[in-house]
Amino acid sequence: MIIQIIISGIIMGLIYGLVATGLTLTWGVLDIINFTHGEYLMISMYVSFWLYSLMNIDPLLSLPIVIIVMFIIGYLTYSIVVKNVINAPALSALLATFGLSLVFRNMAQFLWTPNARFITNSVLSGKKISIGSIIIGYPQLAAAIGSLVVIYAIYYFIEKTKVGKSIQATALDKNTAKLMGINTERVFGLTFAISGAAAGIAGGLLSTFYPVYPESGILYALIGFVIVALGGFGNIKGALYGGLIIGLSEAIGGYYLGTQFKYAIIFLIYLIVIQIKPKGLFGW
Amino acid sequence: MEKSITNNKKMIGVVLLIILALPIIVQDNNFRHIMILFVLYAALGEAWNIITGYAGQTSFGHAAFFGIGAYTSTVLLWKFDIIPWIGMLIGGIIAVVVAIIVSYPAFKLTGHYFAIATLAIGEIMLQLFVSWEYVEGATGIMLPIKENGYKYMQFHPMNKLSYYYIVFGLFVITVITAYIVGNSKMGFYLKAIKENPDAAQSIGINVTRYKLYAMMVSAFLTAIVGSFYAQYVTYIDPFMVFPLALSMQIVLITVIGGLGNIYGPILGAAILIPLSQYTRIIFGGTGKGLDLIIFGALVVIVTIFQPNGLVGLFENLFKKIKKKEAINDGKLHDVS
Repeated sequence: MIIQIIISGIIMGLIYGLVATGLTLTWGVLDIINFTHGEYLMISMYVSFWLYSLMNIDPLLSLPIVIIVMFIIGYLTYSIVVKNVINAPALSALLATFGLSLVFRNMAQFLWTPNARFITNSVLSGKKISIGSIIIGYPQLAAAIGSLVVIYAIYYFIEKTKVGKSIQATALDKNTAKLMGINTERVFGLTFAISGAAAGIAGGLLSTFYPVYPESGILYALIGFVIVALGGFGNIKGALYGGLIIGLSEAIGGYYLGTQFKYAIIFLIYLIVIQIKPKGLFGW
Repeated sequence: MEKSITNNKKMIGVVLLIILALPIIVQDNNFRHIMILFVLYAALGEAWNIITGYAGQTSFGHAAFFGIGAYTSTVLLWKFDIIPWIGMLIGGIIAVVVAIIVSYPAFKLTGHYFAIATLAIGEIMLQLFVSWEYVEGATGIMLPIKENGYKYMQFHPMNKLSYYYIVFGLFVITVITAYIVGNSKMGFYLKAIKENPDAAQSIGINVTRYKLYAMMVSAFLTAIVGSFYAQYVTYIDPFMVFPLALSMQIVLITVIGGLGNIYGPILGAAILIPLSQYTRIIFGGTGKGLDLIIFGALVVIVTIFQPNGLVGLFENLFKKIKKKEAINDGKLHDVS
């Protein structure tokens, strides 16, 4: 039983990690808490759902379309809203994204009603692996593996490529980066676009086993905030390990103390870890 | 030194009088309900402003104190027949104690890390109350019906004006407190801490202690407003009084109005509360969320065009008028 719990904790942890990776990028590079991130998840789940139910494209095959759509939405968020508040006081910038999240969420409710929708017949649905008494659903497994691959890909991109280095430089010091000839405006836009695309992949993968409704993203975003702070702002490694810690403590704590306490446990873990490492696990 | 409008006592008095007079003149229950909400949120904004606007410590968890106030007075009335006035005070004191307990570890953190810690504390409170059977968990509590009048803070049938007097009184208390804090030695210390905590420390300000004082004052005021809210709506459950949405609403109102400014929360609430109430009345009936689309879009627009809050607009206007007067009086030559 305990192994089953640990495995499901790791699976959720990896998905949380991907959600947090997108969030930590914008947070680290632009120093903005993006409250719209949960809505990116929600929108990508709807895109995935509609492609499935209207055109019969399987959520796994439609991922590239979802990525492109979310890349564009992420970029537009920056160029229409965030760009205009980047030099404003931190709380004003935060409220701009908060207002935008209200618009997105209620737009979804306006267009598609608050009812939950499900993708029931994807190629993964209902299939599972059983090893002894341990059962793992295909959709969950695919989401976990997909998340891990994407987190690594983003990490590689940021650490090893030239564009990634320019993002890092901008995060460290915007003005110096500008002096070095980096187009910081473009870096900001790109960061938001990548963040949106990362949320898009997470949403697309989630849509195979999680209900799609206007508020689908809220809880994930909230947990994402905690993971980002737990790992250290702007740190992808922190997002991955933070995600795993939170996923595992949610699963194990929920099992031993009762599922009604699983979210309280997540927040408590954050408060405890942050006492020992006040800048997050990998922050400096 | 030239007096700015923010510490002009006469001006504050006039504003408060207008706010008091409005629902007495306009005898419409719907309008009075909106005025009650307006004053209630303005009071919450003033309280939050002390820790975030003055001391620079962003709290995303003020719903915790609000809920503690609401639950304390309600449980005391329901189980022990203690009048809500006393319940309100006890609720405020408990909120202060909780503020001390959570602030001690939280003040080690800075910036976003602190903000997320307060968010976590708020969410933990919500979860605890949802599973706490003594206070009926997620089911919530219906307030028992007591005799009419100010003693039990109950007025049947709905006499909105009496409720209004009470919440207005609480609002005035928060405004006066914010004024005193802002213009006292403590206010200047808090400003120094906000600008540069290290420098403040180095000139001998006990940074942690003053941040704690600010948090205690803020928590107490938030809790007493919470007690009133429970009395007014006569039914509470954890999702009503502890949600993150409430904490965010307080942030929203104050920042849109003007952070760290005594008029900020008043202005923010005066615009956002009627706006959200009337859009809900006009567009909300469809249940499609059109009201919140409009609300959200306006929030985005205001933050883009007035990032320092709406107070900035009014201050500029005030300065222009002053300047014109000075020119007319011959004290100042028109150089423009």
